[in-house]
Amino acid sequence: MSDKNMPTWEVFLQPKTGAPFQHAGNIHATDEEMALQNAREIYTRRQEGTCIWVVKTEDIVSSNPDDQESFFDPANDKLYRYPTFFKVSKKAKGL
Amino acid sequence: MSADNEIIFQKKIDSGLKIEPKDWMPDKYRKHLIRQISQHAHSEIIGMQPEGNWITRAPSLRAKMVLIAKVQDEAGHGLYLYSATETLGITRNELIEQLQSGKAKYSSIFNYPTLTWADIGAIGWLVDGAAIVNQQSLRGTSFGPYSRAMVRICKEESFHQRQGYEIMSKMSNGTPEQHEMAQDALNRWWWPSLMMFGPHDADSSHTSNAMKWKIKRETNDDLRQLFIDRTVKQADLIGLEIPDPDLKWNPETKHYDFGKIDWEEFWEVVNGNGFCNKERINNHISSHEEGQWVREAALAYAEKTQNGVENE
Amino acid sequence: MTKELLYKYVLALGDDALIIGQRLSQWAYKGPFLEEDIALSNISLDMFGRANLFLEYAATLKGDGATADELAFKRNEREFCNHILCEQPNGNFADTMVRQFFLDAFNKLFLQKLIESKDEQLSAIAQKSIKETTYHLRHSSKWIIRLGDGTAESHAKVQSAINNLWMFTDELFESNKIDHEMVKQKIGVDCSLIKVEWDKIIDEVLSEATLSRPENSNMLSGGRAGIHTEHLGHLLSDMQYLQRAYPDAKW
Repeated sequence: MSDKNMPTWEVFLQPKTGAPFQHAGNIHATDEEMALQNAREIYTRRQEGTCIWVVKTEDIVSSNPDDQESFFDPANDKLYRYPTFFKVSKKAKGL
Repeated sequence: MSADNEIIFQKKIDSGLKIEPKDWMPDKYRKHLIRQISQHAHSEIIGMQPEGNWITRAPSLRAKMVLIAKVQDEAGHGLYLYSATETLGITRNELIEQLQSGKAKYSSIFNYPTLTWADIGAIGWLVDGAAIVNQQSLRGTSFGPYSRAMVRICKEESFHQRQGYEIMSKMSNGTPEQHEMAQDALNRWWWPSLMMFGPHDADSSHTSNAMKWKIKRETNDDLRQLFIDRTVKQADLIGLEIPDPDLKWNPETKHYDFGKIDWEEFWEVVNGNGFCNKERINNHISSHEEGQWVREAALAYAEKTQNGVENE
Repeated sequence: MTKELLYKYVLALGDDALIIGQRLSQWAYKGPFLEEDIALSNISLDMFGRANLFLEYAATLKGDGATADELAFKRNEREFCNHILCEQPNGNFADTMVRQFFLDAFNKLFLQKLIESKDEQLSAIAQKSIKETTYHLRHSSKWIIRLGDGTAESHAKVQSAINNLWMFTDELFESNKIDHEMVKQKIGVDCSLIKVEWDKIIDEVLSEATLSRPENSNMLSGGRAGIHTEHLGHLLSDMQYLQRAYPDAKW
């Protein structure tokens, strides 16, 4: 018997208001409302969230493991992005 | 190229890094994971049946709610694990097909029948107890999605074993009839629970690669021993007797020695000759087939509305 | 006198929640797909939680050391006063969703009014329950729309469920002597007043679902007076088995 797959959706939960959303896992659903409801049923049974995002898995664009060096290594010599790079007199307050 | 990849892969594993779905991995690693994680998922799903068998008969409102929540957690855990398996490039429908055709296995323990309410206690205490030992160890598994699912599952499962132990404790200390049911349930579930850890290390075909790739973190025998050491004292405390005349504390190894496991029974049940093998799969097939028109309707509705006005 | 009536009033509300909770719990591991299986269990859990609150309150009103469990597990068919709709068998998924949709729409309107009850306990239970029911209604009405506007097969199944269950809906809005007295004392809800809004919810959803609303004919009632369909007896004998078989045991 043939059975079409229901699309998968990635679920992101905001653990409390103001906090960043975190990936929780995925669920299957056929429409947006079902995706939202299923995410709620499956990933918030223990009050894990205050807000839910769902997005179709196929709509997520991800970098590849092969991209890792070219994407992320160039950031490793830019110490001037960090506050500790700068020498400032201890007497200067509020910086 | 592939040899280089394999070296890099093993180096990552050895230094304790996780493998993610898009990373290069040996084909055998992928296959091993699909087999192991889906087997784990199927166990959660089929495991809903023996306990679900008592939901409508649970003897108090509290017991009923706890049991529903527990069986529901198992559905959730099956789902997390199917999700993790799907990241390896297999669909849920394919996984379900493998379960229903018998190509994929699930834990044999769920082919035993739940005959009395005490069996619900025994499952929570022993079966979940054994599962937890295994799952805690798997939190450190090398495949990222599997490891993350395990972390979540362990967090949620912590109430399951207590629920079972509470039932056993109440029944053991209840009326003589209840005590008898509790002891009888322990007698029937003890040995199958020990078998849950799988064959002895020497006889286990999958152990060596699984250890090298850190899919498994501890061996079957080590985990089994850990479970026995924990459980003996718990039985003592509620006045129940472990059905093993050879069970004895060994002061030298600081572990309990235990009797011989009947592996013939184990393989009989694995190979389909347990009490409930057929029923469990048939139930799964019939619910799945009965649900087909619902899934089709939802898909049809989504197609209509996404091409139509509703999605504007 | 009032206390006795209040007890019966609360007991009936507890029975409604208990019996539908029990029905929904029969879906465990039988759902059309995993996510929906979990959803049905969640609704069932909400209903048992609600049953527990109502029955605990009823037990306090009854006194004599009565407990919620005793009320749930030690009464007979004729002593249960749930609406007949609640005890109807699960049937297929469409039957269950239609039953749920009718009840959710009713419960939402009922609970909104019950919040205003002069009785603090009832008002508190209603405030907690309304949140759950608002979600349940969202869930069930969306399913009615999906099934109605899905395939020809699902449309036929959900329409047939509506036609079969329609005869049990009138009962929800009836009032007996207890209801009248409770309304008079501003404790209970006058269900005849929420019928119009219920009709509106039903009509809106059915119309979006391309389904039609049956005519009122052969409407059945009797649940509040302990007259039931034969299904209730079987549900109870299953549910009450252990408590009945081992009357001295504690669980």
